[in-house]
Amino acid sequence: MAAPPAEAVAGSVRTSFESGRSSRGLEIGFKALLIACLSIGLITLAVLLVDIFVDGAGSLSLSFLTEAPSRIIPESSGIGPALAGTLWLMGVCALFIIPVGVASAVYLEEYANREKWFNRFIELNIQNLAAVPSIVYGVLGLAFLVRGPFGMGNILIAGGLTLALLVLPVVIVAGREAIRAVPPSIREGSMALGATEWQTIWKQTLPAALPGIATGTILALSRAIGETAPLIVVGAALFATASPSSPFDDVTALPIQIFGWVSDQRPEYGTLAAAGIIVLMVILLAMNAVAIWLRNKYEKKW
Amino acid sequence: MEASGQVAGATPGVRPLGVARRRWGEEAIRGALFLAAAVSILTTVGIVFALVEESIPFFQDIGTRFFTDDKWSPLFADPQFGIWQLLNGTFLITGIAIVVAIPLGLGSAVYLSEYATPRVRRTVKPILEVLVGVPTVVFGYFALTFVTPLLVQDLLNVQVTFNALAAGLVMGIMIVPTIASISEDAMRAVPGGLREGAFGLGATRRQVATKVVFPAAISGVVASIVLGISRGIGETMIVLVAAGLQPNFGANPTEGYATITTFMGATAKGDAPSGTTAYESIFACGLTLFVLTLLMNMVAIRFVRKYREVYE
Repeated sequence: MAAPPAEAVAGSVRTSFESGRSSRGLEIGFKALLIACLSIGLITLAVLLVDIFVDGAGSLSLSFLTEAPSRIIPESSGIGPALAGTLWLMGVCALFIIPVGVASAVYLEEYANREKWFNRFIELNIQNLAAVPSIVYGVLGLAFLVRGPFGMGNILIAGGLTLALLVLPVVIVAGREAIRAVPPSIREGSMALGATEWQTIWKQTLPAALPGIATGTILALSRAIGETAPLIVVGAALFATASPSSPFDDVTALPIQIFGWVSDQRPEYGTLAAAGIIVLMVILLAMNAVAIWLRNKYEKKW
Repeated sequence: MEASGQVAGATPGVRPLGVARRRWGEEAIRGALFLAAAVSILTTVGIVFALVEESIPFFQDIGTRFFTDDKWSPLFADPQFGIWQLLNGTFLITGIAIVVAIPLGLGSAVYLSEYATPRVRRTVKPILEVLVGVPTVVFGYFALTFVTPLLVQDLLNVQVTFNALAAGLVMGIMIVPTIASISEDAMRAVPGGLREGAFGLGATRRQVATKVVFPAAISGVVASIVLGISRGIGETMIVLVAAGLQPNFGANPTEGYATITTFMGATAKGDAPSGTTAYESIFACGLTLFVLTLLMNMVAIRFVRKYREVYE
């Protein structure tokens, strides 16, 4: 029962993994190729940001943020109504997704019995919803909120709720992860002291999961304010001269205004679109930065 | 002896363990939370109901012309309702995008998972997340005002404004982070023991990456590509801004094409009155889109489950 000769082992290793020396160039080339793949994505992002900044920086001013758009004089056009509309939409959206999203996450993590088919069905359903194209949510909003059973018309609250349904899975998934990261010993300690299930969730689990939930909510809202397609379908005004003053006014938003200007063939409006994009990107990057900061600052290692 | 007997016995006011009084407040909260979770089910039901309800009169009017007509022109005086032109546009542009996104996304994933130091990964991943967060109307602007003039008009010398090439290339860049992050997750889920075994047998880093990690993570890689394709099919703003609205047949990437999503967006923007065939055609297109992406997502979920089950 002698062991196979060393050469035989080495030989078989060679055949499965080629020879060492000649592949050094290959190794370096392969690594360079991978770095190139990664760089192309990053460089394109940089080019995109620089291009937009070059196009739009000239049109940026304080009055650009407050003025209404004009069909005749591009120089005095602004994003006032669109910016106000976006803030309103965020508000409506947040009022819906925070309670509903957190409650769903709590139910699925703390109460749902995974043996039951409808709980598994809810989970599968949330996964599927996350992959439904955003324009289809627009169709849902059009059929149910704008026309049909709720029949609200093309108003802000209909647009905001459409966006809320679109980003709800983001909040649920982030909320579940945050709740799952709270160690069971905390719950058990609370229960052992006589707290009920809900007291434990409300006083122990949720506060501990709050940073993760907040991060997820901010990311969901930042996704919502960049969405254009569903708002077009629910009938957002491509051209609005007055800021909305209640959730029952016409819906309008920053990405919609940008789309309106991009569709206009005149070059002056192209630069206005770029300026609008700068404002939108600054808002988005700020929200992302807050989310990342929250995550890093409050991330607990239990 | 007496003291312990008292504890074990029925002390007045102390219930034995396990027979708690029913707490109605707790039950009500549980019910409310369940209702919140059911909102997502209602959303799905709502989507399916909306799409099907308005599609039924459409198909009653049109019948199989949806599949037998040559052209798609529901708004013309002599309307035609063949979906093929829109599918042609959708799959041509998504095809260009995926040809860009697969190598870039998988290359990035292999690098981040097998080569990058933790510090590089910590820097690059948030930047890729920014790329995910860029609104698609911004990508559309970039395709129309940067890629089309530079690449299509100057380099290829084709004087067009709307074309599939610019839209597809930019859509590809948009999909890269989707493919990269899901594939990287799958590759990092491959247990270290497999890598160490291969290194121990004298494999190089490239060999470990391509012959051990990549095959072991293949189901996650396939899932990421399927999800990437599904994102491309459902993408609206890039094509609406940069690819034009003209339904078209063919594979020439320098021509303009309408897709399922551009037709929906452009028609809904025109505020089609309820009950007209044009309005109903939005829903028929939406249904087509929903079915396509749902099928792809089901396939992707199956593949993701597979790799998670193997190593966890």
